[in-house]
Amino acid sequence: MAEAFKFELVSPERLLVSEEVQSVVIPGAEGEMTVLAQHAPVMTTIKPGVVTVKSVNGQEERYVVFGGFADILPSGCTLLAESATSVKDIDRAELARRIQEAREDAADAKDDEAKTRAEAFLAQLTTLEGAILPA
Amino acid sequence: MASLKDLRNRIASVKATQKITKAMQMVAAAKLRRAQEAAEAARPYSQRMGAVLANITKAVGSNGDAPALMAGTGRDDVHLLVVCTAERGLCGGFNSQIARLAREHVRKLRADGKTVKIITVGKKGNDILRRDFSSLIIDKIELREVKQIGFANADAIAKKVIALFNQGGFDVCTLFYSEFKSVISQVPTAQQLIPAAAPAAGEEDVSGGAVYEYEPEPGEILSDLIPRNISVQIFRALLENAAGEMGAKMSAMDNATRNAGDMINKLTITYNRQRQAQITKELIEIISGAEAL
Repeated sequence: MAEAFKFELVSPERLLVSEEVQSVVIPGAEGEMTVLAQHAPVMTTIKPGVVTVKSVNGQEERYVVFGGFADILPSGCTLLAESATSVKDIDRAELARRIQEAREDAADAKDDEAKTRAEAFLAQLTTLEGAILPA
Repeated sequence: MASLKDLRNRIASVKATQKITKAMQMVAAAKLRRAQEAAEAARPYSQRMGAVLANITKAVGSNGDAPALMAGTGRDDVHLLVVCTAERGLCGGFNSQIARLAREHVRKLRADGKTVKIITVGKKGNDILRRDFSSLIIDKIELREVKQIGFANADAIAKKVIALFNQGGFDVCTLFYSEFKSVISQVPTAQQLIPAAAPAAGEEDVSGGAVYEYEPEPGEILSDLIPRNISVQIFRALLENAAGEMGAKMSAMDNATRNAGDMINKLTITYNRQRQAQITKELIEIISGAEAL
């Protein structure tokens, strides 16, 4: 039995999760990472993706997040998401809308830097769509 | 002296008004509860955000490469005031209090020779400020169609403000809203948004003095975090405003209901007295008629 630690998933509208968990998989900006108890302190931005939370009794819960920050400490982990929803009640139309917006952003980006950024964001969103669609 | 019929009509109309204000009070009470819940649900995020921001500014502060949104432009000439008010009236002095605070602020800044620009959020604030400073209002945002204020609304406002800042449209940005103290007390507040005031000390112990690893670089995180923090601040202001508006409306409507009640009592007494006077008069006429025979 893995050691438990405190995990909190917060969106601006409300506190979604606040419980003791075994592990959390976070889509970090520089790659996915799994957080276990006693993790070294890390602060990272997160990209749009799926957060997998494994609770103490082994149950897995998946949440879709659109960007934000993770604040990881040995004692616990706080995830500040720009917007977060459980995979179960994700709104497909909402996701499609975001992708559409990202596509438009990429299309009318003025300089190369902005274009690269917009395209990276679009790629992340489409990966995300691919990841949750079969679910 | 009003006739009996006039009085009767008057009482009926005041009663109708009382019914309306009573209903409005109950609606406000229900909405207040929802607004309060929303404000409370949003609190953890802004708290955590404050803690994270405090940590990261500590890490970046020493390098001195803080983003412009935090450091400011180094000037203090052009001020942007974002004035958040309610969309609807009939809530006592709620809107005018915020507007008054903003107006005083504008007067003071202009006396000091600064340039002032105003963005109003909410119809009522725009109505009030337009009277005095119509030339200063550069934009107005209305949230009339919005039933429940979402983060996206606040984010849109924040993006506008930040875009304006990046174009060099202003140096200092101040947010005006009403802080929700309790149902009967809302305090109009001015809060500086840009340059971001450093988070209050005393939150340092959150990290337990741990040395963080940053992914990507702290500066990069910070430049992402600060715009978001501005959205969060605006979001919080909007939610506090929503709760405050409902609180103010509730007490205003409670007062109105009570006043209507008082008025009905007074009118009823006058009505009864007059009716009695008329009866007495008629009796006297009959009796004196009978005596004359």
